[in-house]
Amino acid sequence: MKLKTFKKGVHPEEYKFLSEHKTLERLPIPEEVFIPVHQHIGAPCRPLVEKGQTVKTGEIIGQSTGFVSSPIHATISGTVKTIDNFPHPLGINGLMIHITGDGKDEWIKSFDETSNWENLLTDEIVDLVQKAGIVGLGGAAFPTHVKLSPSKEKKIDTFVLNGCECEPYLTADHRMMVEQSEEVALGTRILMKALNVSRGVIGVENNKPDAIAAMEKATSAFNNIEVIPLKVKYPQGAEKMLIKAVINRNVPTGGLPLDVGVVVNNVGTAIAVAEAVTKNKPLIERVVSITGDGIKEPKNVIARIGTPFQNLIDFCGGLTDNTVKIIMGGPMMGITQHTLNVPVIKATSGILCLTDLSVIKHKEYPCIQCGTCIGACPMNLLPTRLARFAQVENWQMAEDLGILNCVECGSCAFVCPSQIPLVQRIRIGKLRINEMKRKAKLATV
Amino acid sequence: MEDTKQPIPNEEPANTEKPKPKPVGKEKKPEPQYLLSSSPHMATIDRVPKIMWTVIAALMPAVVYGMYNFGFNVLLTVLASVIAAVATEIVINKMRGRESSVADGSAVLTGLLLTMTLPPAFPKAYAAVGAVFAIAIGKQIFGGLGYNIFNPALLGRAFLQASFSVKITTWTAPVGIDAITTATPLGSFKFEKIMTPYFDMFMGKIGGCIGETSALLIIIGGVYLLVKKYADWRIPASYLGTVFILGGLLWIINPEQYPDPVFHLFSGGLMLGAFFMATDMVTSPVTPKGTWIYGFGMGAVLIIIRLFGGLPEGVMYSILFMNAFVPLINRYTRPKIFGELKK
Ligand code: SF4
Ligand code: SF4
Repeated sequence: MKLKTFKKGVHPEEYKFLSEHKTLERLPIPEEVFIPVHQHIGAPCRPLVEKGQTVKTGEIIGQSTGFVSSPIHATISGTVKTIDNFPHPLGINGLMIHITGDGKDEWIKSFDETSNWENLLTDEIVDLVQKAGIVGLGGAAFPTHVKLSPSKEKKIDTFVLNGCECEPYLTADHRMMVEQSEEVALGTRILMKALNVSRGVIGVENNKPDAIAAMEKATSAFNNIEVIPLKVKYPQGAEKMLIKAVINRNVPTGGLPLDVGVVVNNVGTAIAVAEAVTKNKPLIERVVSITGDGIKEPKNVIARIGTPFQNLIDFCGGLTDNTVKIIMGGPMMGITQHTLNVPVIKATSGILCLTDLSVIKHKEYPCIQCGTCIGACPMNLLPTRLARFAQVENWQMAEDLGILNCVECGSCAFVCPSQIPLVQRIRIGKLRINEMKRKAKLATV
Repeated sequence: MEDTKQPIPNEEPANTEKPKPKPVGKEKKPEPQYLLSSSPHMATIDRVPKIMWTVIAALMPAVVYGMYNFGFNVLLTVLASVIAAVATEIVINKMRGRESSVADGSAVLTGLLLTMTLPPAFPKAYAAVGAVFAIAIGKQIFGGLGYNIFNPALLGRAFLQASFSVKITTWTAPVGIDAITTATPLGSFKFEKIMTPYFDMFMGKIGGCIGETSALLIIIGGVYLLVKKYADWRIPASYLGTVFILGGLLWIINPEQYPDPVFHLFSGGLMLGAFFMATDMVTSPVTPKGTWIYGFGMGAVLIIIRLFGGLPEGVMYSILFMNAFVPLINRYTRPKIFGELKK
């Protein structure tokens, strides 16, 4: 049978072998954590604790300030040392709650299994998910309870679980599917229940045969959940591409998966949901792949949110001397870090350490009109033109050509033989256009 | 990767008192500085120079065969043209105060392609003039690599055709075959209705330009480029396909008057043009649909020129003609954005 996939896209070298067979290891409880009040899409949290206050693991320390927001929890027990700005992996600095541990890891309460999740109402599940501070763990960190609360007009009929992990190097989702397939299946069922859908689809790229087998086994008792092996291609994990690949629906331009009756969540998110709903456990840790040719011993570790990168790096034997780049996330969409003092946040799917050998050396040539970028763009855009219009600040043309549809997957810049920073320019263009739109909207109100 | 937006961390929450503005960061041992860049942090290994030099390599079998076929003299013609092209490139880079672009290989390629379309006995000095024209007027005047509208080598060749029309239509037979001056298969057919055996045409034992006589060697090089994806397969497919079908239709209508379609395919510079000239990335459309239109257009123009016009050859004009339409084709063949509603 021909494997399913979406149209176009690219085939970057995978480098999964570095860590794909490394079993999950639990990082020792760190001595101190830095928990940013803002690690998700939406409004930042309001700190609920004060300097000097003692906290227990799992205690809520930051309250969400809007619907699209998510609370944060203490991830170790100890004392709040300070609430201040520290280096943040997504920017220069961000407000964080700095907790020094007491070494006891005392939990706020012991978790007992909730009586029976199957008796819970939809709203109750969503509420538990919200309280547990769960956000998309694939890297986007969109609050999960928002996804689970579609407006009434949208008829949701399918839940898609994203097990593609299409970014090269990263293996966190892979390991979770292999080692925690029961939890993944449970989370899937809970999410399906919350959405009140009868069909569940799990898309896994077929470079992870062990994950496919494990998931098939874990879901074999539920014939409304189907595991679909997919052809390996980047960016299959992008929601629109994944929905196209698994159930062949086209999310309309400017639309959301909801518009075609689908909600997508990531493997890690499903596990977090299962733990939140059945054990009342808030999101205080996540799986992080530490990989790349710059790390001595690549690993997949379960780390508490707020643990400095340095701890994880040390746990993996440290960096090689010629490591020059540290990336949070994968090589296609990840964000470079200038320091190892940034903490693991909810969106940290991986820490990629690259040596000077793996870092691309940019030499930009003129665009030779080869059309390769067009052939790669999964959104069927004209990256060469978009980048050009963004560069010369012709916002009107850029918008007419659909710049706002770009999912910033980077496929175009990946293939360009002239090494033109296409997605980088497009990204700036999108920011500027959205900014102008926001201003225009304010002006008319 | 569920969504592309990233949270913006350095906004302060509305309801807290301002944090003290003391310098931030954990004071520890001095940190090594890591490189910062915007994603993606990976790229393919294809680069412009690699593409250009690969195309040059793919042309080599045909060039070497040209030397074997027409003698050592050909090597000198090739050198004259390539050196002139490179020298022009250097001079113009200097004049415009730009970094030298010789290493990208495009000037060498232009010089080489130009000689491939010249008759074996074409004077070397004229070939050099053509190369200078190709680079200066064909490419650099538009702004250099990537900005030109017409295939520079073909523009150079068109210039030579206009300036030295007799010299450029004087053909020599391959070494070892009787006459010094001979006709090309197309010329023989057009003017004398003599057919040349297909096998000779395929293998290259015929009169013609330096690099375009052996269809076999050109196809080998061309297919290599298609496999490497350095040339878009749709272009030779649509170009050759159109020639075959249109030529075939006319032949069915009147086999006395018109040659059969196989003859069309293997004669003149069609193979060279279809695989190496029409596929020039800069001067062909960027959209897949546009590429088909471009190919059909070239095929149609070629048949019209060959059968109804005054010239036996038509490859050069058909490509240059369609080059002119590329910007227009690009504009009207924009692919539909993913999820764009059908109108
Ligand atoms: S234009 Fe945007 S969507 Fe298209 S390949 Fe580039 S980054 Fe991806
Ligand atoms: S891939 Fe690069 S060189 Fe090719 S058309 Fe796109 S921008 Fe131009």
